[in-house]
Amino acid sequence: MIKTTLKKLAIAAAITTASLASTGMAWAEDTIKVGVLHSLSGTMAISETTLKDTMLMLIEEQNKKGGLLGKKLEAVVVDPASNWPLFAEKARELISKNKTDVVFGCWTSVSRKSVLPVFEELNSILFYPVQYEGEESSKNVFYTGAAPNQQAVPAVDYLMNDIGVKRWILAGTDYVYPRTTNKILKAYLIAKGVKEKDIMINYTPFGHSDWQSIVSDIKKFGNTGKKTAVVSTINGDANIPFYKELGNQGISAEDIPVIAFSVGEEELSGLDTKPLVGHLAAWNYFMSVESDENEEFIDAWKKFIKNKDRVTNDPMEAHYIGFNMWVKAVEKAGTTDPAVVQKALIGVSVPNLSGGYSAMMPNHHITKPVLIGEIQKDGQFDIVWETSGLVAGDAWSDYLPGSKDLISDWRSPLSCGNYNTKTKKCSGQNY
Amino acid sequence: MSVSATTVTVKKTFSPLLFFFVSFFMLMSMTQQTIASEMPAESSLEDAWKTLSQKNYNKKAEAIEVIAQENPPEARPAMKAMLEGQLYYAKRGKALYFLKEVNDNYEFTPLFDTDPALKPVLQENRRGFKKVKVNNRLRRMIRQLLAVMQLKHEDADIRLAAVQELLKNPETEAADLVKNAIGKETDQRVITSMQTLLAVIQLESGDETAQLAAINTLANSLNSSAMNALAAYQAPTKALENKAQSAINKINDKRDLYAKAETIFFGLSLGSVLALSAIGLAITFGVMGVINMAHGELMMIGAYTTYVVQLLMPDNIAMSILVAIPAAFIVSGLVGIAIERGVIRHLYGRPLETLLATFGVSLVLQQTVRSIFSPLNRSVETPEWMSGAWQINEVLALTWNRLYIIFFCLAVFMALIAVMKKTSLGLQVRAVSQNRTMARAMGVRSKWVDALTFGLGSGIAGLAGVALSLLTNVGPNLGQAYIIDSFMVVVFGGVGNLWGTLVAGMTLGVINKLLEPWAGAVLAKILVLIFIILFIQKRPKGLFPQRGRAAED
Repeated sequence: MIKTTLKKLAIAAAITTASLASTGMAWAEDTIKVGVLHSLSGTMAISETTLKDTMLMLIEEQNKKGGLLGKKLEAVVVDPASNWPLFAEKARELISKNKTDVVFGCWTSVSRKSVLPVFEELNSILFYPVQYEGEESSKNVFYTGAAPNQQAVPAVDYLMNDIGVKRWILAGTDYVYPRTTNKILKAYLIAKGVKEKDIMINYTPFGHSDWQSIVSDIKKFGNTGKKTAVVSTINGDANIPFYKELGNQGISAEDIPVIAFSVGEEELSGLDTKPLVGHLAAWNYFMSVESDENEEFIDAWKKFIKNKDRVTNDPMEAHYIGFNMWVKAVEKAGTTDPAVVQKALIGVSVPNLSGGYSAMMPNHHITKPVLIGEIQKDGQFDIVWETSGLVAGDAWSDYLPGSKDLISDWRSPLSCGNYNTKTKKCSGQNY
Repeated sequence: MSVSATTVTVKKTFSPLLFFFVSFFMLMSMTQQTIASEMPAESSLEDAWKTLSQKNYNKKAEAIEVIAQENPPEARPAMKAMLEGQLYYAKRGKALYFLKEVNDNYEFTPLFDTDPALKPVLQENRRGFKKVKVNNRLRRMIRQLLAVMQLKHEDADIRLAAVQELLKNPETEAADLVKNAIGKETDQRVITSMQTLLAVIQLESGDETAQLAAINTLANSLNSSAMNALAAYQAPTKALENKAQSAINKINDKRDLYAKAETIFFGLSLGSVLALSAIGLAITFGVMGVINMAHGELMMIGAYTTYVVQLLMPDNIAMSILVAIPAAFIVSGLVGIAIERGVIRHLYGRPLETLLATFGVSLVLQQTVRSIFSPLNRSVETPEWMSGAWQINEVLALTWNRLYIIFFCLAVFMALIAVMKKTSLGLQVRAVSQNRTMARAMGVRSKWVDALTFGLGSGIAGLAGVALSLLTNVGPNLGQAYIIDSFMVVVFGGVGNLWGTLVAGMTLGVINKLLEPWAGAVLAKILVLIFIILFIQKRPKGLFPQRGRAAED
């Protein structure tokens, strides 16, 4: 009895997923298909669902404006379920089966690394909207999030020059983004004359929830009379217990400020922000940015999501920039053929949400302002510092011995993601 | 660049400012009445108030200095409000207002109630007003300035906080002020702190006898400023240098001792969380033998119940946790009974199928929560009485929420033991788990007992969820993070033994925290897992194996 019901349930579930994946199929033939590859279930759903909704909103708005090249845009949404190998399968499905011309997606670096061979093999386009560790430049990927020199390095500069920080705690979750970022930051700090004994590096597992001893170590490390700061690459869920423990052990932002690279408005919305006031975050966009574009975007978002309490964040802006860049490049090229659009994208410049313009560089990274904000009681950020101009994303860090001499330029004749300026050779690796 | 340049100027002007303060205060104490009328510079003060509504943080810093120097009666409340983010200005006219939130409404009261043109405003939103923004540097500066003002506050705790604040950045100019205050001080804690502060300052004086006295005072203090002052101390003679070194050693010895106590506390608190999340499993897995992979999701439901209870009683956060405890027990218990009746009862005696089915149930529950509450984390507010720490001395502080959770864990455990040993339900549960056929022959309704036992285990998982909601994220993935640890604790403690679960949880917690400082959080976890694997090889039945005939099958 129960077995048959379960079987029925399974069939029903299979049918619903299949129909969800192919909702677009019934639409008219000549639409331009835009793939959305974000996890809607599993651990990363918390961050990625918002980006899926952002893409749906951007596509809906573009269609209201009359579509693109006289055709309507159509979103094809798939759910890679926070499962890295599944990302590659779903990417292949989007490109080969659903014939999408462009894909917006991924959040974690490991998911990007997983889909990269697929995009290169099928020569499609991926827009990647999240800040990442750099050390990569693919012909098929456009990085609209921040590279380390657009987030981590300016943040450290701010702490060093404006706050006078002398001792550094680099705390991160144990995976590729924090490890690489901290390697770059350590090299940078030492180049700036900080001594090894004034740097403490600490890694914790994903979803770490017991921060007592680490926070107590931070407190001891910061009690030597020299100004101390924590540079946090702690990822997602682990942040909330971390900040709670900081608050409980009485570490305030005035004593030991924490600057985070993964904590934005969305993460704060699930948090009691009282003990956090004054802690910092470095991003290229904050919801509190004062500009007309931003106000329009926020209004549109609240209306689209039908919830006036929803917030906007930095990866959403990255998708906004990426999508508009793609639209402009397609208009310029007159076709959606990925091979042509890849070339047309370089040099395209569109308004960003902080009141300026962002341009796509030859290394497939974009120019962005860097902002530093202090957390407020209402979960928003007060911008306390910003770069005077735009910062161009650097694919290969200047502070790591292995990548110092590498540059990336996808324009012909160089057309190489990792050209060594010393040996005058393109290593030819496909990343 | 311009920002960094002005940082320097602010730092430089800081000491003269304090100096000004001190002299000003001494004047105040002499001629409190007349001084107000003698203060000129009305215009600069007025300008300073106006500057607060500007955007530039450096100008604001200067303005705050001016206000603190002039010290009109409004200065202290205004500075406090600035720290709290409750000082606003009207967009039109730039007049300053205090904000008070009254039942979802915003009440703006003018800072200067003397001006008849300004009236309190009560409105539903904050439209028309803007916050006077402060950053970390301003906040720190205001705190120091307030500390000086509050040395004579009537509340001893505030005076203590003020002295502690001054200790963070000991200035020679503050010495006279503190010397003046220490004579009138009655509270012993404040006197000790003040003595430490004076000693830190004296250490830099040229007088050797004063330095010796200072070293002796500082040797008994655990304050980090005291330690730093001693470490930076340049002794003029060999004798003093030895004296300072032995003082440092004495402090370090004491600190090490307290650090050990702290580690044990951290271990016990992690252990209590582990034990709490495993107790429910000790019943469903240990007593009934059901491998319940949805155990973590039952905790998650408990945590979401806490969230919903807080939504229902937003004005009474302090009580909401107490209401959430029975509510979470009932909700999770009912869900547990539904799982038992719907799925598990068809699968008794088939552990693999049970494992798969309950794993499926866990996914269903997760996705249900995602659909109802969205995949975003929800925030459970920690009540006032559970936040902060119990400051035993300068280096040892036990956080309240962890302390309460240790006690909560013990209370739940004791209650469960009482249920199992003293009630007829407990008797029947034990009977059914030891020999089902015999129990049924004696008239025990075994199916009914199964459902209730599973419900009891699930309800306790819900209680663990209440505790977890105060420590970590309330989100759909909450359960996954704890399910492995829970199984680990139950298996390590000995399946079917409740005491084993408690001892195992505490042991693993303490081992983990002892390893963490030198191995790092990642390696410590791995080492604990290896330890358990080796231990289970040696003693397959865990710490406290069940004995007797029931253990045979």
